[in-house]
Amino acid sequence: MAIRVIKPGLSTTVQDLGRPGYYHIGIPLSGGMDRFALRAANLLVGNPEEAAVLEAAFLGPELEFTSDATVAVTGAELPPKVDGVERASWNSFVVRKGQTLSFAFLKYGARAYIAVAGGVDVPVVLGSRSTYALGALGGYKGRKLEAGDELPIGSGGGGAEGRTVPPSLRRAPGSPAVLRMMPGLYWHRITEAAGRHFFEDGWKVAPEADRIGYRFRGGRPLEFVPREQPFGAGSDPSNIVDACYPYGSIQVPGGTEPIVLHRDAVSGGGYFMIGAVISADLDLIGQLQPHAQAIFAPATMEQALAARRERQMLLAKVREAL
Amino acid sequence: MKSRYSYGGDEHIFVECDEEMSLEAFFKSLSITKAVKAAQINGVSEICPANASFQIKFDPDVIKAEDLLAEIEAIEEQAGGGHSKLATRIIEIPVLYNDPWTRETLMRFRDRHQAPDMTDIEYTAKVNNFGSVDNFIKAHSGAPWFVSMVGFVAGLPFLYQMVERKRQIQSPKYLRPRTDTPKLTIGHGGCFGCIYSVRGAGGYQMFGITPMPIYDPNQQIKHLRDFMCLFNPGDIVKWRPIDRAEYDAIVADVEMGKFSPKMASVDFSLDAYHADIDGANAKLTGALNGH
Repeated sequence: MAIRVIKPGLSTTVQDLGRPGYYHIGIPLSGGMDRFALRAANLLVGNPEEAAVLEAAFLGPELEFTSDATVAVTGAELPPKVDGVERASWNSFVVRKGQTLSFAFLKYGARAYIAVAGGVDVPVVLGSRSTYALGALGGYKGRKLEAGDELPIGSGGGGAEGRTVPPSLRRAPGSPAVLRMMPGLYWHRITEAAGRHFFEDGWKVAPEADRIGYRFRGGRPLEFVPREQPFGAGSDPSNIVDACYPYGSIQVPGGTEPIVLHRDAVSGGGYFMIGAVISADLDLIGQLQPHAQAIFAPATMEQALAARRERQMLLAKVREAL
Repeated sequence: MKSRYSYGGDEHIFVECDEEMSLEAFFKSLSITKAVKAAQINGVSEICPANASFQIKFDPDVIKAEDLLAEIEAIEEQAGGGHSKLATRIIEIPVLYNDPWTRETLMRFRDRHQAPDMTDIEYTAKVNNFGSVDNFIKAHSGAPWFVSMVGFVAGLPFLYQMVERKRQIQSPKYLRPRTDTPKLTIGHGGCFGCIYSVRGAGGYQMFGITPMPIYDPNQQIKHLRDFMCLFNPGDIVKWRPIDRAEYDAIVADVEMGKFSPKMASVDFSLDAYHADIDGANAKLTGALNGH
């Protein structure tokens, strides 16, 4: 069976849980930006949690089904419609052969996850079906979907309709979104006052917000501790000798606009980083729209691990509920 | 040279071998990451050497951050000092300097450049006091370069020129990054050269273009069938200036599956290099010609 793409949406890509093991040659993990929502969508339709789904950013696609299928949509509140009739998100439902799945306008969040029983069956490249568009790798022909594409769906899916993730177990960012980060990496390059300002100031998601990274605006520029630039680093005080960039790392080119790298991260470069957003909060970033309010909050390793356990317990409850 | 350790969130350990770039810092990063790989530590999923630093990604549900950090520190004590020998390969890269494609691109972004009335290669030749673009090309293609990091995007090599520091080409990056760079552009920023593996944004000065593919996600091109990325950290590169006719011929050969990169196995010793840089380089480049 297959899905025909009538309208692709703004940026709809095939994603699973990603492609570890190749970051040292610049190929990032990729995979769903909101991994919790991706797993929940798969659980709802009876797929393995790591099955490939569609990630639709901001605007949903229009899809025609060539045979009956069980479907679930999670993540952003992007209400699904079957032949124009609205269905509940975080819920499994059936789309019949010949019917069209489309979406109403985005109500909150930024990315919806569309799981189909059987999973999206594009070829596995380096261990994953995820799309890495910058490298034209994986997914459907290495790119976001276009009208006319035909996506194969795996067999063996047999999810039941009417399954629901209870509202208490769904996650969405608050406003302002609180992004917890562990100060570190090149934190010592900024003054103590700049470090305070970074946490005090309110930030807004800039229009440059995609799978590679999220840029933030609105806080005061960071002041640097003066130094003579090391050989090879470049002349700007925000330059370093090009180094690896951790996922979630916060670089601040020129000291002005922080960029948090995400699943399609550039693997390295010459800008200093003041720390990294904790793993438990990366999913939330994937649900922030441009202009969304955010603040950064300092976290210790212990707090980061506690947040991680909390997130795992939430997922365990979703597994139990389904 | 004492390494600086830091956590990068709860899933990464980041180690800066030195603040400044040097072959010593690069060799330290390379030898420690090799030893970490050989140790096959449970819970480690990515081991990424960089120019003068490295990064390890781990699963904190499998191994505690402080345990992994202690293990890496122990490995550094054993491996960090000594290894200054490397069995590697040298790869010849044909380059069409001053090509029409990077020229067209750089003309579109003159408003983001330090010297809007010059091309990138003219500007870099001038700020490095080469007198002429020809002299610059001679210096750029004369000595080999170390692949000291692979990344930014898939398969992109960062290159470190193998000459004494005072002879190293240095150039600032664009004032504001371009939104476009042709695929296979030979670039330069700070003290690092690079080859852009995919078309996209970039801030390095653009000197030329190579007809030799270095990244093929479809693994159709002959020399990229086994793996989609050509380069690994520790490879050595030698540029060879070519003209437009040879550029077109190589492009045609690649398309017909007739092209193979010129490369040779070599042994590199950091001590021998420092004792006689030009002599060591002559030996390396000689290997390309079967010497």
